[in-house]
Amino acid sequence: MTEDEMERLDRNRRHFLTVATGVTGLAGLGAFSIPFLASLKPSARAQALGAPVEVAIGSMEPGELVRVLWRGRLVFVLRRSEEMLAKLGDNDGNLRDPNSEVVEQQPEYAANATRSVKPEYLVIEGSCTHLGCAPLEDFEVRPSEQWNGGFFCPCHGSKFDLAGRVFQGVPAPTNLRVPPYRFVRDDLILIGQDSGAA
Amino acid sequence: MARIEAEVGTPQGGLMKWIDDRFPFTSTMKYHVTEYYASKNFNIWYVFGVLSFVVLIIQLLTGIFLTMNYKPSAAEAFASVEYIMRDVEWGWLIRYMHSTGASFFFVVVYLHMFRAMLYGSYKKPRELIWIIGMLIFLVLMAEAFAGYLLPWGQMSYWGAQVIISLFGAIPVIGDGLVEIIRGDYNISDITLNRFFALHVILLPLALIGLVFVHIVALHEVGSNNPDGIDIKEKKDENGVPLDGVAFHPYHTSKDLVAIIIFLMIFFSVVFFAPEMGGYFLEYANFDPANVRATPEHIAPVWYFTPFYAVLRAVPDKLWGFILFGLSVILPLFLPWLDRSRVRSIRYRGWMYKMALTLFVITFVALGWLGVQPAEGIYVLLARIFTVLYFAFFLLMPYYTSIDKTKPVPERVVYNG
Repeated sequence: MTEDEMERLDRNRRHFLTVATGVTGLAGLGAFSIPFLASLKPSARAQALGAPVEVAIGSMEPGELVRVLWRGRLVFVLRRSEEMLAKLGDNDGNLRDPNSEVVEQQPEYAANATRSVKPEYLVIEGSCTHLGCAPLEDFEVRPSEQWNGGFFCPCHGSKFDLAGRVFQGVPAPTNLRVPPYRFVRDDLILIGQDSGAA
Repeated sequence: MARIEAEVGTPQGGLMKWIDDRFPFTSTMKYHVTEYYASKNFNIWYVFGVLSFVVLIIQLLTGIFLTMNYKPSAAEAFASVEYIMRDVEWGWLIRYMHSTGASFFFVVVYLHMFRAMLYGSYKKPRELIWIIGMLIFLVLMAEAFAGYLLPWGQMSYWGAQVIISLFGAIPVIGDGLVEIIRGDYNISDITLNRFFALHVILLPLALIGLVFVHIVALHEVGSNNPDGIDIKEKKDENGVPLDGVAFHPYHTSKDLVAIIIFLMIFFSVVFFAPEMGGYFLEYANFDPANVRATPEHIAPVWYFTPFYAVLRAVPDKLWGFILFGLSVILPLFLPWLDRSRVRSIRYRGWMYKMALTLFVITFVALGWLGVQPAEGIYVLLARIFTVLYFAFFLLMPYYTSIDKTKPVPERVVYNG
């Protein structure tokens, strides 16, 4: 081997070692970053505190709204009156997603005309799908404004009907989210879990 | 004073020589202070860099003392701020200095940035100074945002809710990202605790580091001046720019006057109007955070409102987020958007002058619209001004290249 070839061989080896060291180092750095990034996720305690909550609905009057917290988030439970339910269909033409076709926004069993398990009881997250403000209830019917009652977000003016369905022409892109829930008894709802034991 | 300077200037043995043999003290002082030459025709626009530095010191100092009594937990945060205000000796002063300092930080930084737009300070060869400056601005926004959550009032909570939710607009990773930012399913004690860590450790460290690099980059290429000409082209026999005077003692003594006037205004606000009519401290924040009810009217603190108005002007969540992000980032590209041959507004044509005037009106108008309710005429106005805001930047390559410029003088002039 000439000195020239030796030199080139050395250079190639050095290059290989530099790249190999660099790649290994990067892989190590990537692996090392996992514990730090993972520590940012909800902790075991936060997950435990996010356990399902029970809501007794036995004493609710028609038209009454109850606010509960699940996972620190606001959840509305509304007992809809006959008139409220009767007018729901009238909104369909002005809604973005009247048939609940955006699948992430509700469990399968709530993807129906009333977005609920039992038509009478609406369970939705009180968090505007625009930027997370808590919508306010406005149940007064005002035919002049084509308003059959619903929810109004004070932050950026998004509007939802009494099934939490979003109206057209507002900043919120989707219907209010329906959390997983089930009826434990006729007068008891469990929010946060839709199967298995309470 | 003169004796000390002489010693610093020429080490003649003794302690200074001992130090200089081990650390480049004298040469660093010369390079950055006593022999750093900046133009002699600086006007009032050139004091806001120094003033930003003064506010940074105020924030660091008052911030350290606040952490000694503040408790970063959802159960105790609000009460601990009240405790600082009522029970800690002089606590009210330290806290009002910090809250007023936050607003004044943005006042001086916005004016400092406007100076760069007046005199083309971002143009070649100062692009990197401008980029570092924009990074400082971004970190400062993050710092202010994280700090605003700490008092755990209604506006802290819901303001953070809105801004964090913005990231949920990003397709695919949005929801997961939001959960990682909050560390919980909603803004909680955990979120408050980590924002405290960001506010007192990570972001201030980044800020100090970036400010250091900003100044190093500035001293490498030299300061711009109101004429936008290169003073290094005309030097005397000692290599000193003919139009330059040393940073110390000349610019420092001028800056001292500015600092004193600034502190007079600053403390007038601290003593007499720390809430500034609800703009520096929002009234809704005097109620503790309540997860169950959003305040009737929610608006960010004034320094975020121009960008917030852009966000609200867009009737779509994802596009709102994109335009909001762009409105913050766009100034970063000024060095390349601006195609003018001259730097200073003194020698630019009517087009840039008009565009800049319109931009100032637009920025102020958006800021005002950001605190108005998002309804009716306000939405329309916000949309018009959003278009004007983007037009200023996106049309810049066009109007700055066809704009007629005046000849630039050889040497700096006063009041030209």
